[in-house]
Amino acid sequence: MRSIRLKIFRGTSNSGEFKEYTLEVEEGMVVLDAIHRLQATQSPDLACRWNCKAGKCGSCSAEINGKPRLMCMTRLNDLPVNKTITIAPLQTFPIMKDLATDVSWNYQVNKKITPFTPKSNAEWHWEQKDIDRIQEFRKCIECFLCQDVCHVLRVHQKHSVYAGPRFFVRMAALEMHPIDSADRLPFLKTDAGLGYCNITKCCTQVCPESIAITDNAIIPLKERVVDRFYDPIFILFRKLFKKK
Amino acid sequence: MDAKYTTHEFDVLVIGAGGAGLRAAIEASANGLKVALVCKSLLGKAHTVMAEGGIAAALGTVDSRDTWQQHFADTMIGGNLANHWQMAQIHALEAPDRVRELEKWGAVFDRTTDGKGNINVRHFGGHTYKRLAHVGDRTGLELLRTLQDRGVHQGIEVFMECTVYSLLKKENRVVGAFGYFRETGSPVLFKAKSIVLATGGIGKLYRVSSNSWECTGDGFALGYLAGAELADMEYVQFHPTGMVWPPSVRGLLITEGVRGEGGVFRNNLGKRFMFDYIPPKYKDKYASTEEEANTWFQKVIVEGRKEETVKERKPPELMSRDVVARALWTEIEQGRGFEHGGIHLDIATRRSAEDIKKKLPSMYHQFKQLADVDITKVPMEVGPTCHYMMGGIKVDPETQGSTIDGLFAAGECSAGMHGSNRLGGNSLSDLLVFGRRAGLSAAEYSKKIKTFEQIDESELDQLNHEMNRPFENPKGENAYAILSDLQQVMEKGAGMYREEKGMMNCLKELDQIKKRLEKVSTEGNRMFNPGWHTALDLRNLLIVGEAITRAALIRRESRGAHTRIDFLNYSESFSKTRVIVKKSAQEMQVSSENLSQIPKDFEAELIAKNILNEVVLNQLRGKIAAH
Ligand SMILES: Cc1cc2nc3c(=O)[nH]c(=O)nc-3n(C[C@H](O)[C@H](O)[C@H](O)COP(=O)(O)OP(=O)(O)OC[C@H]3O[C@@H](n4cnc5c(N)ncnc54)[C@H](O)[C@@H]3O)c2cc1C
Ligand code: SF4
Ligand code: SF4
Ligand code: FES
Repeated sequence: MRSIRLKIFRGTSNSGEFKEYTLEVEEGMVVLDAIHRLQATQSPDLACRWNCKAGKCGSCSAEINGKPRLMCMTRLNDLPVNKTITIAPLQTFPIMKDLATDVSWNYQVNKKITPFTPKSNAEWHWEQKDIDRIQEFRKCIECFLCQDVCHVLRVHQKHSVYAGPRFFVRMAALEMHPIDSADRLPFLKTDAGLGYCNITKCCTQVCPESIAITDNAIIPLKERVVDRFYDPIFILFRKLFKKK
Repeated sequence: MDAKYTTHEFDVLVIGAGGAGLRAAIEASANGLKVALVCKSLLGKAHTVMAEGGIAAALGTVDSRDTWQQHFADTMIGGNLANHWQMAQIHALEAPDRVRELEKWGAVFDRTTDGKGNINVRHFGGHTYKRLAHVGDRTGLELLRTLQDRGVHQGIEVFMECTVYSLLKKENRVVGAFGYFRETGSPVLFKAKSIVLATGGIGKLYRVSSNSWECTGDGFALGYLAGAELADMEYVQFHPTGMVWPPSVRGLLITEGVRGEGGVFRNNLGKRFMFDYIPPKYKDKYASTEEEANTWFQKVIVEGRKEETVKERKPPELMSRDVVARALWTEIEQGRGFEHGGIHLDIATRRSAEDIKKKLPSMYHQFKQLADVDITKVPMEVGPTCHYMMGGIKVDPETQGSTIDGLFAAGECSAGMHGSNRLGGNSLSDLLVFGRRAGLSAAEYSKKIKTFEQIDESELDQLNHEMNRPFENPKGENAYAILSDLQQVMEKGAGMYREEKGMMNCLKELDQIKKRLEKVSTEGNRMFNPGWHTALDLRNLLIVGEAITRAALIRRESRGAHTRIDFLNYSESFSKTRVIVKKSAQEMQVSSENLSQIPKDFEAELIAKNILNEVVLNQLRGKIAAH
């Protein structure tokens, strides 16, 4: 047993503030356990999302000490001891209440993506190596941490013209499927705003599924778009990093 | 008029967006109907997302000996013949098509390595052949995401973070559902011509559980309160391998895939004890010595030889869950466990670190991140955890119709398919097979209904008032304290091992908890308030807890997941009945009815083909000794 101090955002989009709590915790607890204990003992109406408590569902995203993470996979032991732990909701999306944010925008973006469209005369046989790379993308648990951290959304609020890394990953999985036949490149270039991404790789750094979002999804998509359309930033990037 | 409450009208209302609900909604909407899908979490987060090991279907892509008949037989033997045989048959027949269909919709399954590029399948407990289509150890995610993406492009209207609190009826027919949005707390009315319940399980009823918070038995309770019959409620599956340390992750599932990939159990004497626990029904099918099991492991798992070319039998670690869970429990009870009260599950000495990380990536990460344990170096410590509900809404095996008109049920909240014990992988296939059937039946039913019914506003007022009660009660006990006590009562009185006295006591304690629940109080307001949500969920958990205990009391025998210390054997008379729970004016009504039996000629055919074994059938039917 030891005692920790927490600072948690309490409130709605209209009004709210960080409130301080002191809590007894045990060895092995994760941040989500601390939240649950707070709910059970001090603050039953503290709102937060969770489901699996095993890093599989992507519900419990929050900003812990300023870093976007899953609460269920962040051990208290791994955070600096004797320092107050700050837990805030994702900044990129409107706050509903406390740690729960309104992520419905993501679902709207998803709807716009042309779904899997198999070739009409497809052979449904392929080797494992043909799908290794899309299986990486399909590991995505839709925690939206990458969306949260991407400056195009977080700072520049380009929600209306930009799909964000999560959906680049999804489109990469579709585009690279061995028998998909749809063409999503025009959509990627225009509505999805792929050009806004300037490859800062912040998304990759926060992905709890360790998906190489930038290297394996975004850059290959940019290559494809650039081969068909024109993207000045990416051409510059290609020059700088001598990719051809 | 019902204008006072936000009102929606749909031909088909599907409650629950796990695999079963999504599949039902897709089918109903493909039939041209207006469909709503309601779920307590965000879309794509339902409990199904956690499923790891795979989907069982006799695809025969790896072992060409596999057939639907064998899958049927394995399911029946695994369920100790308590299954509704017809559901098991439909399931075995249709599962391969449902898996291939999922692939057509974009699921990306792991492939075979034989150069043919088919869907790969793996071993799981109780399945005679390799049979589980999978994607690493995240098969549930693949299934759910595929259905989700299919569903959203089909015009299904999704109401996320919305909890249904009550079904509404006119005579013996469902006409709608009433609930609240979790974000705002505001009430909502869905008028519907038919309803599919696909609300998942009951795991939160027990202290040590692999289930998410959503699994509060809502569908069972909603159906029960509306007058639907529940069946097989005594059969609660405890999975043998849950994490035991640290306390905060106690119960978290360790996939059976670990054993499928070669993992073995050892007690604190270093003994690989599963050989001592092989029941008669599995004597022919599993290795009797460590040597035989190791040779099988070497040939089949390490060298990847075809099983049909191997004469050794599978290791007993791969028996069905009820058998394995009891073995672990016994070892632990008799003092052969380890420091945190578990048994060792060892993969480290069996496979290379590289293989483990490749085959079981999420297990590797789960232990590394949550327990500081590197499973490529040391064994995992594991123990039984509440995992799955075999019982549920009694349904027609073909249409999934309940005993109430217009009300259908599919997935974990329905009964019959799994008997007294579910085999791993048979749930995900169940979701697809019966989810589809429920959606289809609901659609057909709705097509015949011309208009939406008027709903009596006073009934809704009454329900809304009931939901609000935790705010109006004088300040007192909060829901979390009651939940925690309820879990302890269930663990003690109607857990893995049961006996009459304990269960009678359990019923008394449940009664006391019911009284405490009437006075439960909640802080704050109706906006996204987990304390309030828990208070309302408790009603459902209590109903399910009582149903389990009452059904378990009636069944005076041990069968599958239901173990009575006071009646350890299979009973001939109970082998022919199923227990039914139903609401009556005063208290919960428990009765038994005949369990439909496999037709004689079909059984004889399977015996002739060596797919079923007559001696085993007679053991399970209590005709000859088995335990
Ligand atoms: C860790 C783990 C691993 C597993 N692995 C496997 C496996 O490898 N293979 C296999 O076959 N099975 C596996 N299972 C079992 C399987 O995952 C479940 O049985 C199955 O997913 C249940 O699906 P469902 O559609 O019935 O319900 P769920 O997926 O539980 O979905 C229930 C839905 O109902 C909604 N709901 C509930 N109550 C209400 C209400 N009152 N109002 C509105 N909505 C409501 C929920 O929000 C949710 O959307 C596993 C289970 C666990 C816990
Ligand atoms: S790499 Fe692109 S998508 Fe990722 S965070 Fe940076 S700008 Fe956003
Ligand atoms: S790509 Fe990674 S960070 Fe982004 S939503 Fe998916 S899992 Fe989360
Ligand atoms: S609760 Fe599922 S990812 Fe954290």
